[in-house]
Amino acid sequence: MNNLPDKSGHFGDFGGRFVPETLIEPLRQLEEAYARLQDNADFKRDLEYYLDDYAGRPTPLFYAERLSKHLGKGKIYLKREDLCHTGAHKINNTIGQTLLAKYMGKTRIIAETGAGQHGVATATTAALFGIKCVVYMGAEDVKRQALNVYKMKLLGAEVVPVNSGSKTLKDATNEALRDWMANVNDTFYVLGSCVGPHPYPMIVRDFQSVIGLEARGQILNQAGKLPDYLVACVGGGSNSIGLFHPFIGDHAVKMVGVEAGGLGINTKEHAASIVKGSKGILHGALSYLLQNEDGQVEPTHSISAGLDYPGVGPEHSYLKDSGRADYVSVTDKEALEGFKLLSKTEGIIPALESAHALAYLKTLTKKINKDDIVIVCLSGRGDKDMDIVRGAK
Amino acid sequence: MEFPKRKALIPYITAGDPDLATTEKLIYELEKAGADVIELGIPFSDPLADGPVIQESHFRALKKKTSLADVFRLVAKVRRKSKIPIIFMLSVNLVYKYGVNKFIERAGEDGVHGVVIPDLPPEEEASEKFKILKESDLDTILLVAPNTPEERVEKICEQSSGFIYLVSLTGVTGVRKALSDTISASVKKIKKHTGLPVYVGFGISTPAQAKQAATVSDGVIVGSAIVKILAEEKSKSAAVSKVAKFVKSLRKAIDAA
Repeated sequence: MNNLPDKSGHFGDFGGRFVPETLIEPLRQLEEAYARLQDNADFKRDLEYYLDDYAGRPTPLFYAERLSKHLGKGKIYLKREDLCHTGAHKINNTIGQTLLAKYMGKTRIIAETGAGQHGVATATTAALFGIKCVVYMGAEDVKRQALNVYKMKLLGAEVVPVNSGSKTLKDATNEALRDWMANVNDTFYVLGSCVGPHPYPMIVRDFQSVIGLEARGQILNQAGKLPDYLVACVGGGSNSIGLFHPFIGDHAVKMVGVEAGGLGINTKEHAASIVKGSKGILHGALSYLLQNEDGQVEPTHSISAGLDYPGVGPEHSYLKDSGRADYVSVTDKEALEGFKLLSKTEGIIPALESAHALAYLKTLTKKINKDDIVIVCLSGRGDKDMDIVRGAK
Repeated sequence: MEFPKRKALIPYITAGDPDLATTEKLIYELEKAGADVIELGIPFSDPLADGPVIQESHFRALKKKTSLADVFRLVAKVRRKSKIPIIFMLSVNLVYKYGVNKFIERAGEDGVHGVVIPDLPPEEEASEKFKILKESDLDTILLVAPNTPEERVEKICEQSSGFIYLVSLTGVTGVRKALSDTISASVKKIKKHTGLPVYVGFGISTPAQAKQAATVSDGVIVGSAIVKILAEEKSKSAAVSKVAKFVKSLRKAIDAA
């Protein structure tokens, strides 16, 4: 399971490279460059330097004692990705990919963004490395996330509103891929989640695996044993795959991905791709997908913009079908409760995305043993969500 | 599929834009205007390889709830009146969700000659899930892009049937001011590896550009320029005659190539 994807970019039935011919050659070049640079001493040194001295790694693993007490059972540890520069785990990946771009001699980077977190992280690393940056963002999201649009511009990026389709993240991703088709020679596409055509799901996973690698060492150090559960939210699934992947071979460690249940998974207003979707192909990969019976991609809803995506990373679909990980969903309302609970019990305001993982603890802790160790990925901080939470009564 | 002796003209329209009845009329009119093959786009929520003009046509057709099954029915109906070869251009998810076997079966029954699936490259087409496409009677038309390396062109030529679809430029479909200057070289590269005709598409939108592209290839595919007429003309019957007039002008230009 640790050797996936296979040579053709598949995770069992999932993944692959379903893209127009124009993108085949740049994807091959990316795959080749990544294979070469992955073990290159200079690249590794640069990556570690920027992760540590710029992004602030390693992030702490914090024993949330008051939260654990409140829940009654289990020892809850929080992997504090919210303490990374720019406020979320997204920077782990953008440092890695922007460095790749630099090593490959690309002079322009592009990115898609939903809520603007990946856009801000990409604009940040573009500024850091002095490289031109264009971010595609659905016109609806541009309106909803004005502050992040301002931040990206402040960081020197150009933000292009996307007016096609549902005017959200999925359409922004289409548009970024179209830009790349037209500018394959000088442009590097910094994809923000473990989705898309091979090799992106692998590259994003590898750059985010620093979360799980650190957490594994930290829990062994602090608790003297491996955790019993890992819990993380899943939109595209980059923070969760980053936490899960280094534990895949530890068979006693159970993994739970928490999807956005929106207004309820029996309504049409949710984004629970694995829990409620069917197999389909979007953005270059076969995975679980929210689509109608004709294969048209369905609109989604979540209170958390970062989870509001109809697809999911192909490796998650594989982990689901192989039984290695479980996937559940929590509603907007439950996520809001999780948001408030962590704020009150630990003095940490989580991102609404991460609040989905926290909300699931109420269900999980009912069925576990008193001393079971649970690591939750606190993927981001909640400052960005204040208006949404304040408005949701 | 039988190939025309003359330089081929392949107009593209999106099925269901503005509605299926107009699509049917358009097919007959396009044939009369000099089309050799009709390329029918099946609307998809996320048409990755398309520029704004064709994207919008997909969204209009989806508003009318046009499905793949509807388009198969339309082709069956057209077959009572016309034998013009029809090929489908569609995103891989539509074929996958419909069922690859069932897709091939329906295509055979209803008289669809071939299929262009831009996001199904040869590697994925050869995989377990999709290899029955190539084994079927359906022509599976693969694309070559300007940045496709030579050894890959060879592989694509081996795996493609019907014709080779040469993408004239690196980018999406759409109207462009000038034609790419790499077409001639790309055609030569392809011709080294196959006897199949090479038809050029993407960014060909005027009779002059069509003539220029047809001079160095076996034929041209014109999409966005036609779809744009349909989008801009409010009256459906006026739109059909405007498209017919435009396609006649393309025919004339190509015949002079």
